[in-house]
Amino acid sequence: MQDRQNWDWTPGRRIVGDFDKWRPAYEYMEEPHVSADGEKIAAIVKTGPEEFSVCVNGQPWESHFEKAWSLGFTQENCPVALVSDTAMWTVAVDGVTWNNWYEFVWNPIFSTKGSSITAAAQSELKYFALTDDIPWENSFLALTCLIATPDGKNIAAVVQDKRFAEADIDNFQQGCFTVAVNGNAWDTHYVNVWDLDFSGDGSQVAAEVRTSLYDYTIAVNGKTWDKQYSCVWAPRFHPSDGSVSAPVKLAGGWSLARNGEVIWNRRYFQLWHHIYSPDGNSIAAVTAPEFGRWTIAEDDQPWNLRFNELATDPVYSPGGDRIACVGKSGGKWYIAADDTIWDTPNDMAWQPVFSPDGSHVAAKAERDGRYTIVVDGRPVDEVFAAVMQPVFSPDGRRLLVKGILPESAGGQYCRHVFEVDALAP
Amino acid sequence: MNTKNNTETGADQKQIHDVAIEEGARRLTREKIHSVLSELIRTEGGARLSAYSNACVHCGMCSEACHHYLSNDRDPKLSPAGKVKQTIAVIMARKGKVGPDFMKKACEIAFTECNLCRRCMMYCPFGIDVAYLMLFIRRACHKLGVVPQYIQDTAHSHSATMNQMWVRDDEWIDTLQWQEEEARDEIPNIRIPIEKEGADIFYSVIGPEPKFRAQLIYQMAVIMHASGADWTMSATPGWDNSDMCMYTGDMEMTARLKKVHFEAATRLKTKRIVMGECGHAFRSVYDVGNRLLGWKMPPLPMVHAIEFYYEILQQGHIEIENKFEQPVTFHDPCNIVRGRGLHETARYVVDKTCKTFIELEPNREHNFCCGAGGGVINCGPPFKNKRVKSNRIKAEQLASAKSKGAEVVIAPCHNCHGGLEDIINHYELGMEIKFLADILYECMKKE
Repeated sequence: MQDRQNWDWTPGRRIVGDFDKWRPAYEYMEEPHVSADGEKIAAIVKTGPEEFSVCVNGQPWESHFEKAWSLGFTQENCPVALVSDTAMWTVAVDGVTWNNWYEFVWNPIFSTKGSSITAAAQSELKYFALTDDIPWENSFLALTCLIATPDGKNIAAVVQDKRFAEADIDNFQQGCFTVAVNGNAWDTHYVNVWDLDFSGDGSQVAAEVRTSLYDYTIAVNGKTWDKQYSCVWAPRFHPSDGSVSAPVKLAGGWSLARNGEVIWNRRYFQLWHHIYSPDGNSIAAVTAPEFGRWTIAEDDQPWNLRFNELATDPVYSPGGDRIACVGKSGGKWYIAADDTIWDTPNDMAWQPVFSPDGSHVAAKAERDGRYTIVVDGRPVDEVFAAVMQPVFSPDGRRLLVKGILPESAGGQYCRHVFEVDALAP
Repeated sequence: MNTKNNTETGADQKQIHDVAIEEGARRLTREKIHSVLSELIRTEGGARLSAYSNACVHCGMCSEACHHYLSNDRDPKLSPAGKVKQTIAVIMARKGKVGPDFMKKACEIAFTECNLCRRCMMYCPFGIDVAYLMLFIRRACHKLGVVPQYIQDTAHSHSATMNQMWVRDDEWIDTLQWQEEEARDEIPNIRIPIEKEGADIFYSVIGPEPKFRAQLIYQMAVIMHASGADWTMSATPGWDNSDMCMYTGDMEMTARLKKVHFEAATRLKTKRIVMGECGHAFRSVYDVGNRLLGWKMPPLPMVHAIEFYYEILQQGHIEIENKFEQPVTFHDPCNIVRGRGLHETARYVVDKTCKTFIELEPNREHNFCCGAGGGVINCGPPFKNKRVKSNRIKAEQLASAKSKGAEVVIAPCHNCHGGLEDIINHYELGMEIKFLADILYECMKKE
């Protein structure tokens, strides 16, 4: 977990770097990424013909590569990129590459507790996952849907471990796909497997599976639910009791099932992306109670609010008593919290963030190419050329906004800490 | 135009063997068929199926609209009404009590003798959507496990990889990086931005592009670069907008594919989707998949590449340096012209980029299908000859344009490319086929 307590929470704006002035030093600079604490800003830069590096706070890494992509930061604010030399790939952490190189590396996952880095890799057409440069002992014919536990200690992926020839539809339908956890495949195979989830303790994995061309269900550690459905969406573990829930399609529409038993009575035209409240007592989901009308439903009770185009990014407050989401109607994007839409229409809006006590909601939004942070429905008094997700201080009294100022205002990258009480309407 | 290979036509052709149809039918019982068809008619057919099935008065107006009928000596079995009469009409009259041999034949008709092109619908006095009826048969075939092998294999690819061509995640990203590298030889600082959050445009393509036609990604990168577009492509599944499951009748999988596609675009917080030059993919995203998932219209604004080219030309974001010299004709793909009305938009782009344009006759919404659409080309080699022979009328249409001077056929659709290529080769028409992007790339000012 990020050690937010030790970040600089001094109110006011602090320029971290002259981002726009770094650009001319390179043939080009890709879009920037910012560390969680906002103290580092980095971008992949082209330093010469077919030569790339990463520029962090204006300084390029000493190492240069043939290619670099997928830049990000670990929770401990360390820049990481996938890099290639002589057509082989590895992970570079703060400019230092791992020892092992692979034919391809992709989909890096940074642990949210600790500093582990997991990625998918391929060598000699064998697929596997690796964590902190240690590859799985077993490899597979294909690998996708990689996930990791928050501490990075357990890794799972959908894998193919049975061959079938081109156009061999019979063998395919017998089931050639399964789930591998830490490199060990389940014994059971399925026609298809998608969307995995780890239990809170990392000991179980749930997956969406297709057992025949027509039957969908959920499998947990290789054992399927007793019931089959005409469709299911991604399963989620309860935060503590080990049960698994998933949207399931029934004759009258979509509903939610737990361990194979339907637990919501309503039938929705659509239901997906359900989330548990942190205490596990409630479930919220994106739903379409009527065709073409979208909202959030909590514990089978849809909000009155409807979006005509989209509802997305639902999030619970840490206490579980509030929900916020993003919605789209009439071509505009909105933030909504607790069944109430914020007035301001945006050209884009990002997943809202709750303060630790749940009393405030902040969200990144964009309008006319200018970015800002909206707090409880009111934009902060500053616009940016680019801005990152806002972060509340542990006591919830301050809000860290990390953004690049517009060119007209200097184009610098700055950290701006706001007093939340001064922002809220 | 050479028709020497067209010795067998229509009903005279030898029985075509497709192992999956044969094997699927062998596993069927009358009871199973009855149960599945009754359930489907009750739960999915409803008033629409009933109205379309009952409304046909056998006036024959649809016949002259169908390239299968016209290309096969006006064989009445290949007229749209004839295909309905042999399939859904029998099922409805017998209340689903049909046998495995019937389903085999119905499968072949619905999958390989109808391109779902909807030309006949325009000529039907009642507006009967024969494509809907044939799709209903395909849906029944899917539920019964009687689907041609090659298109079923493609549907499997979709389900396993979320793309049409078994392209693995690493191969996809590698292809984008490779094309970016190639493009840099021409434009040193060009990018194919992968996973760029907040970009204006989410650009999606169909599976065959990274597999067989990677230069199209390169060309689009050049077009995007020159027009100053803020764009991105997804590194994750969802980059492929195509959908053969829609054509095998696996609508559950179609919904899943479209969900992944829309979610890739929304995850990256892009404002709109620009799709590459593909017709059926457009139909699946704009018309079918969105509605299966609960959207009246796609959740994000979505345009076909033609509309994007129109926009950047019309707004002066790109300049044409030298117009394309060879005389061209334009093939109107069914799914974006009858399906979306983009014929004039396309002609604007052709007019801006080409010196000499010769219309195919008929054209626009009256254009003949290429014979590949509707998943027919995806039914693979067993049906290739039949498909090409069922497009003699298209060959004549192309030959007529050639006689007026057309040397290049522009077709802004991948399936149309495949279909037209086979027709041009089979009938030895000696014409070249291009995408609009090929023309645009060749003629535009690049920096």
